Amino acid sequence: MTAVETLLQNEDIHSYLERNQRKELLRFLTCGSVDDGKSTLIGRLLHDTKTIYEDQLAAVKRDSVRHGTTGGDVDLALLTDGLKAEREQGITIDVAYRFFSTAKRKFIIADTPGHEQYTRNMATGASTCQLAIILVDARHGVLPQTRRHSYICSLLGIQHLVVTINKMDLVNYSEARFNEIKNQYSEFASKLDIRDIHFIPISALKGDNIVESSPHMPWYKSGPLLNHLETVHIASDRNLTDFRLPVQLVLRPNLNFRGFAGSIASGRVRVGDEVMILPSSRKTRVKSIVTADGELKEAQCPMPVVLTLTDEVDISRGDILTDVENPPHFGHDFEANLVWLNEKPFDPEGAYLLKHGTRTTPVTLNILHGIDVNTLESKALDTLHLNEVARCEMSATTPLAFDPYKNNRSTGAFIVIDRQTSNTVACGMILDQDAQSGPTDPWAIVAGHESRARSKVTAMQRQDRLRQKPCTILLTGLTGSGKATIAFELEKRLFELGKLPVVLHGLDLRRQIASDLGFSADDRSENLRRIGGIARILNDNGMIAICAVLAPLASVRQRVKALLGADRYLEVYLSAPLEVCKSRDQAGIYKLAEAGKIKAFPGISSPYEVPESPDLTLATHEISVAESVDQIMTMLKTRGWIE
Amino acid sequence: MSKSMTHLKELEAESIHIMREVVAEFERPVMLFSSGKDSSVMLHLALKAFYPGKVPFPFLHIDTTWDFKEVYAFRDQMVSKHGLNLLVHTNMDAIRAGVNPFDSGSVKYTHNMNLQGLLQALKKYKFDAAFGGARREEEKSRAKERIFSFRDRHYQWDPKNQRPEMWNIYNARINPGESIRVFPLSNWTELDIWQYIFQENIPLCPLYFAAPRPVVRRDPQLIYVNDHRYPLAPDEKPVVRHVRFRTLGCYPLTGAIESQADTLPKIIEEMLLFRQSERSGRAIDHDEQGSMEQKKREGYF
Repeated sequence: MTAVETLLQNEDIHSYLERNQRKELLRFLTCGSVDDGKSTLIGRLLHDTKTIYEDQLAAVKRDSVRHGTTGGDVDLALLTDGLKAEREQGITIDVAYRFFSTAKRKFIIADTPGHEQYTRNMATGASTCQLAIILVDARHGVLPQTRRHSYICSLLGIQHLVVTINKMDLVNYSEARFNEIKNQYSEFASKLDIRDIHFIPISALKGDNIVESSPHMPWYKSGPLLNHLETVHIASDRNLTDFRLPVQLVLRPNLNFRGFAGSIASGRVRVGDEVMILPSSRKTRVKSIVTADGELKEAQCPMPVVLTLTDEVDISRGDILTDVENPPHFGHDFEANLVWLNEKPFDPEGAYLLKHGTRTTPVTLNILHGIDVNTLESKALDTLHLNEVARCEMSATTPLAFDPYKNNRSTGAFIVIDRQTSNTVACGMILDQDAQSGPTDPWAIVAGHESRARSKVTAMQRQDRLRQKPCTILLTGLTGSGKATIAFELEKRLFELGKLPVVLHGLDLRRQIASDLGFSADDRSENLRRIGGIARILNDNGMIAICAVLAPLASVRQRVKALLGADRYLEVYLSAPLEVCKSRDQAGIYKLAEAGKIKAFPGISSPYEVPESPDLTLATHEISVAESVDQIMTMLKTRGWIE
Repeated sequence: MSKSMTHLKELEAESIHIMREVVAEFERPVMLFSSGKDSSVMLHLALKAFYPGKVPFPFLHIDTTWDFKEVYAFRDQMVSKHGLNLLVHTNMDAIRAGVNPFDSGSVKYTHNMNLQGLLQALKKYKFDAAFGGARREEEKSRAKERIFSFRDRHYQWDPKNQRPEMWNIYNARINPGESIRVFPLSNWTELDIWQYIFQENIPLCPLYFAAPRPVVRRDPQLIYVNDHRYPLAPDEKPVVRHVRFRTLGCYPLTGAIESQADTLPKIIEEMLLFRQSERSGRAIDHDEQGSMEQKKREGYF
């Protein structure tokens, strides 16, 4: 007997309808790949809430025998697999929407397929969702993709995460394993801006903790997934304090009526409230709130209404009616996180439009820095490609009334449209303009507010003038491995070719901008950060940087790479053995280190982490300086940085 | 005022927002009107969206000449009640060429009368945005459909080149000759539609309610002999049965179901118990595998 049949036996249709009219709507997103059991989870939710029609289920049963991976059992993943074939045909599917309903809520699932366009798809799906389910395979724990999914959810302002540890049946329903993954995730999640994170151990395949509490995990007491989805408190997610109404249309059905139609983007409004109109800054009062269901005394987000005002004021589409007490920011310039959604990368010379609320205006954008969606770290970015995220300065031709996205998902969001193709190429989330607390991480690139003046020479112009592509070659290796010798030889070779290289020699820099630094691990890291910073300036100005620096730690080298951008960074490891390096040491540094007079000396009294996958390894004890430089030159040509 | 809104109020809000955006951003929008339940809900939402003004766009009925007579009557009743601007278009070329639901085969018939008829009308009136009542839940291939669905100069849908849709910010820019289809009911389910019709007391075409009607069996369907044009076997006589319809199409191609449900609550109760996909009553979808996808590419809704 289906749930509905049972229900209709106990309750007549009238009370059923009555009760159904009081349901809430919850939109959620499922993040994970097919391997994590995402399709199975969605199939399980649809199946166990009796959303599947008999004929659909019959078809899936047939297909399970033919294509299923469950040995003849009903393969619930096939319920959502319509998309697979389409994907093979190359059809763009950013999000597929699924629907189900229980006695308490109606649910809309935004199902984003987990292929390479994931960031774009997830951002699209997340934009309308209140909650996200993050799937983690109990066998594998927190993976880079888990972090990526969580970060995108955070970026798009999702306030509720449900981390489902799936495939518990494959780890013997182990409480210890669940706790281990939970701790692993919680540690990482402290970096995210998400207030509500809930963990549930499940098996989507077996139905454990989906609709019913699992008999296999009596140690888990917080109820099954569906129960959480039905009860998670979402009513406070909406901003009901700051009244904003972007005007969609002016309605003038007759000479006596002039109403302003729009959806309340946030907050509430009451008849008699004083409101301000932006951009005119005129103030007036609400005379009436008109709807087809009668006039209201009060209305709130997201209701579509028509307002009439007590004064004759000039208002047109694109204007915003707002709170007088608590108005939005108003201006041309702001900073935002952008997700690039289009195959065609950002073109600094291109013409773009921004659509914010009901206003569309030309806009220019300037990339401050990229954000690595796997690590959340800043990285250098010349341009924006599909699926990349960057912090940008935006400058709109028409001033906009906006709020930070984290306070207001309606007036803090915008899309960017390519004027030529009319495509939606990016989406943006406006950042808090008042936040003065810069990142404490010294490696982060801090956005500057003080000066909006910027170079009028483009990267392309520099490239044409210098006939070179800017890049950084990092020569890393022990003291005595030949870093400086090779650096200056390489510089000479490039210079003779007509290029403009600059050597940043670790020891030279320690005489000047790094003279305050010692040789501890922290100081070495800071030294490398400064060198990386200078290399970045050189690269940004079209020059080639050659860094000769010990750089003993892999993690620090990784940060330099991120700072400069992977596409213009070459890591060269000089792999001479320690004994050879010692024998080349004329200054007697190794002797001092061995005697303990130099503390924490890499190779002697502190580690030198050999690069795991350098772009090039040079055995400088076996090949000559000229040969070493030859190999670097060949690599630069292969990369297309020199001809 | 309570903090939370009901799901139907939220869906209503979303649909009204979409309709207002289209009116603000497009020059010549039109709303398809088939007199079906989804059309009736769309009409109701349009009346709300522009209240106290009139609906600022025309309604378009693609008339195959084979709709149920009850459909024509209901359509005309709505037009006069709400003072709608109704446009009716029929593919006369196809009629002249003898296309009909009996001899042409359902694929050719639907292609000519529905699809070509629609494209002719869109071209004739130069509409740049057309509202349709399709819902994502209806069919597998619709699950990924956008709310603003872009069509090229030839009204074709290019599935590889659809724009990402974020929040409720719709990119309405098109080049001359291009157009969009708009689906304001995208996020509604069949149950939502019925529940909303019940809640708002929306007038419906009487064919949705069970009544004694003359039918003949054309396996697997029961066909309501709606007028004298329906070809019967020499000694065949229609039988009067208590039937109703779950979807409305051309009467010779639309199967009836036997039912006693003659009130909205009874219909909804039956719908809840009757777990069959919604479109299974229509002959057109069975003829070709993946036919919906193909039809959309060609310009169908």
